[in-house]
Amino acid sequence: MKASTQAKLWYAQRISAMLLALCVLVHLVTILYAMRGGLSAAEILARTRGNFSFAIFYFVFVLSVVVHAPIGLARIAEEWMQWRGRSLHIALLLVTLLLTVLGLRAVWGVYVG
Amino acid sequence: MSAETLNMRRNDWRARGNAGYWAFVVHRISGIALALFLPLHFWALSTSLQGAAALDGFLLWTDAPLFKFAEWGLVILLTAHMAGGIRLLVIEFGQWHGTRKLWIAVALAASVAVGVLLGAIMLS
Amino acid sequence: MVGLSLMRPLKVKIWRGGQQGAFVAYEVPRLASQSVLDVVTYVQRSLDPSLSYRFSCRVGMCGSCAMSVNGVARWTCRTHVAKVTDEARDDVLELAPLSNLPIIKDLTTDMSEFFDKWAKAKGQFTGTLTRDDEFSNVKPDSPERKKVDAAIECIGCGVCYASCDTVSWRPDYLGPAALNRAWSLVNDVRDAAQNDRLKSVAGDSGCHACHTHTTCSERCPKGIEPTAGISGLKRLAARAAIRGELD
Repeated sequence: MKASTQAKLWYAQRISAMLLALCVLVHLVTILYAMRGGLSAAEILARTRGNFSFAIFYFVFVLSVVVHAPIGLARIAEEWMQWRGRSLHIALLLVTLLLTVLGLRAVWGVYVG
Repeated sequence: MSAETLNMRRNDWRARGNAGYWAFVVHRISGIALALFLPLHFWALSTSLQGAAALDGFLLWTDAPLFKFAEWGLVILLTAHMAGGIRLLVIEFGQWHGTRKLWIAVALAASVAVGVLLGAIMLS
Repeated sequence: MVGLSLMRPLKVKIWRGGQQGAFVAYEVPRLASQSVLDVVTYVQRSLDPSLSYRFSCRVGMCGSCAMSVNGVARWTCRTHVAKVTDEARDDVLELAPLSNLPIIKDLTTDMSEFFDKWAKAKGQFTGTLTRDDEFSNVKPDSPERKKVDAAIECIGCGVCYASCDTVSWRPDYLGPAALNRAWSLVNDVRDAAQNDRLKSVAGDSGCHACHTHTTCSERCPKGIEPTAGISGLKRLAARAAIRGELD
């Protein structure tokens, strides 16, 4: 991979990290708030279904994760498994696709249904 | 070329005792754990597509103590990854004021606080 | 105060051999204000003249005597034995060649790759003026000059490079010293090879491989923080890449 591509990937990971820092903060507060008194699916879905500001928030959250995580995983594969090159890039492309599909399905399920 | 064929010595843990290194270890381990957990989390939430009953079926499952403990741990790791990540962003993008060890303490404190708070909510 | 008989002899373990080797034990008289380099010199002059090691200035200027001291890379001429071993506990002083560099023999490593990487990081100054031109005026208190000051005292000892795990994991990684050198030139307003330099330091064998372990900044005997320069390079190189200036 070209050095300029690697440099752009680094930047993409850091920009997504900035978004994620905000998203995780909101997510943590949401978790702590929602967990009080236990969770039932009906309760969760009653709160979430049709809540479009949260839907958009989690849409952004998922996309940031999809950018952020595979770049980090690539570093780990290269450094700790000595796995480099084309096969790694294809594997990470699949991971990216998997996370995108699963993540968007989850947002759709919880917020739109 | 690996170090073995080049005949180099490798560092052991005596060379890695610094706080910044531990911050890295936590960041990487939490990153791996979160990446492994995410597909499962997404999949579980998307069971709601089949209606509340399906999601409840899954939530019932998560009432097992082991599952609760894992959830609790993951939220702590998420906090650690976020706070440690903010330190990295501050080092890389902020004005240079050293290696920001105070942020390591902040990350640790945030993780402990979230851990205690969440633990209390889960047990109540 | 140099009461030899009052002090317990110092137990030393020194790596002997190259390709295959082992630690060999020695006993060295303990002295007040004794440096680790003094210990090595004693072993070579009084116990075993076949011991190989490198040193020159003995005062922390030349950068040739760095070794692994009890598992941590240090400049041995300015490291007191008393700082790294406790006499009361009868600690053993363990000396090995620097990590991440091929061993030649005993305590000497082949540092050519370390310095080749300085060249790969475009560590050479590229000027535009000739001897017929006026001197450039660089104000000592300008921001660029101050950034250069923070990076320029490097003596090339290799302590940071030997301490860096990213170098171990990614043998083509340029390492903290070479990138610190590049950073001092990036801030040199007289230098005319800036884009070439950013091209050479960008990407996974360059600054973007750094994970901010900060071990280099922790260990640098001159108090330089290569982490700062590497962070600066990350930003500049990424910005140039996005503008298409690195292609």
